[in-house]
Amino acid sequence: MLVVDHLRKQYRSTVAVDDISFDVRPHEIVGLLGPNGAGKTTTINMILGVLEPSAGSIHIENVDLARQRRRALACTNFAAVYAPLPGNLTVYQNLRFFGLIYDVRGLRARIETLLEQFDLRRFRDTKCGLLSSGEQTRVTLAKAMLNSPKLLLLDEPTASLDPATAQDVRGMIRSIASEGSGGILWTSHNMYEVQEVCHRVLFLHRGKILLQGDPKRLPQEHGAATLDELFIRLAREPLAQTEHAA
Amino acid sequence: MNWRRIAGIVLRQYYLMRGSPTRLLPMFAWIAIDIVLWGFITRWLNQVSHAGMDFVPTLLGAVLLWDFFTRVMQGVTTAFFEDLWSRNFLNVFATPLSISEYVSGLVLTSIVTSSIGLVIMLLLASTVFGLSFLSYGILLLPFLLVLFLFGIALGIVASGIVLRFGPASEWLVWPMPALLSPFAGVFYPLSTLPAWMQTVGHLLPPSYVFESMRAIVAGQPASLQNLAIGFGLALFEIALASAFFGRVYHYAVQSGLLARYSAESVS
Repeated sequence: MLVVDHLRKQYRSTVAVDDISFDVRPHEIVGLLGPNGAGKTTTINMILGVLEPSAGSIHIENVDLARQRRRALACTNFAAVYAPLPGNLTVYQNLRFFGLIYDVRGLRARIETLLEQFDLRRFRDTKCGLLSSGEQTRVTLAKAMLNSPKLLLLDEPTASLDPATAQDVRGMIRSIASEGSGGILWTSHNMYEVQEVCHRVLFLHRGKILLQGDPKRLPQEHGAATLDELFIRLAREPLAQTEHAA
Repeated sequence: MNWRRIAGIVLRQYYLMRGSPTRLLPMFAWIAIDIVLWGFITRWLNQVSHAGMDFVPTLLGAVLLWDFFTRVMQGVTTAFFEDLWSRNFLNVFATPLSISEYVSGLVLTSIVTSSIGLVIMLLLASTVFGLSFLSYGILLLPFLLVLFLFGIALGIVASGIVLRFGPASEWLVWPMPALLSPFAGVFYPLSTLPAWMQTVGHLLPPSYVFESMRAIVAGQPASLQNLAIGFGLALFEIALASAFFGRVYHYAVQSGLLARYSAESVS
């Protein structure tokens, strides 16, 4: 689905993403973890084609994003907490607008299916700005599924949701991965959620991948009681090393 | 070019206008006020002037044509600003949509909105103040075409400026037509201006339209060569504007500006 090879992003003297390589396979949910500023969103922005890498390559469905941007993005979609759909359009209008932009065939039927799948039928003619956070997340996910993407990028999709709604959303995302033919790259700060949903996680720190593996086995393999504890240790370790050296 | 994607951009603007009277009102409210204001000014000038000159086709016609150009420019920028205001850049530009399809959608939206404004202006100016566009003859069409093309060019440049310098630079965009009007000779011949202003004026396609318009009103033949220069200049400036927008977009993708528009740190 996705192959990221030696990806790097540098802003003058600051290296945001430093030579990372990973892949996402069909039906796989890969968690991209790391503290704030680790480079998770920068990585996702590069995969979405809205940020040009300084070096490295991104292939989506064997299509080079740098050379064939439109073909690569036609089989990609995303949902992010910081990119809500325009609040001044209704749910149906937003789905129709983005459906046309993604050139979805049989759009009317596809929208009806998604309204049903994400329990949005009663909000069909409601402006998105009037919906609750949970409802807006469901609309964003419906938009992300419009083109039945081979690669779905989710940047903290459950942030700002109450636990019950977050659980529903996790269930939806799990079924997308198991029933569809694509893979999912997911960022989250909620380690419980990551353990519950992701098949594999990558720990990113200061733009580098420090660790990767099965989130259920990783804590024991590295002498931590929980994924939370491992996350905190990995986030602080480079700082602790610096302090020790000083 | 994928026409469904372009249709998507236009459809979004249609949805916004259909659902919001505050977006419909500016399409004709300001131009109607301009026509009424200048309509009465020209009526008064006709009464007090002893030159025997009819100010209606000269002044009111100029106001109408200039307002049309302004509406075309704002048709492009307002459609672009809708994505800015709703922080929709990431959603739009992370799709297979190309920049040429996006800009084409903005231009098509502008054609629709400016045409509605033009019809209202024509109705008001002709029925209330007796402005007859037949007096310009068939040349009215190239007049409108040159102004339309330059409006598109300026709208694309204005959108590029906002993409490059951030939402705060929006205030630079609105007065752009007013800043250009002294150089374009909307109300007076270019020869009235000092040499350096005339040089700037000659780079602006509308100046050829207004010179020709005044020639026709004065009973002289309009210079078709001048109109051709205005037309060629407008096409050239659209190409320049598109190249400018393309460069700004590329810079925004390279520098992370585009991604930041939707993230927490909107500048």
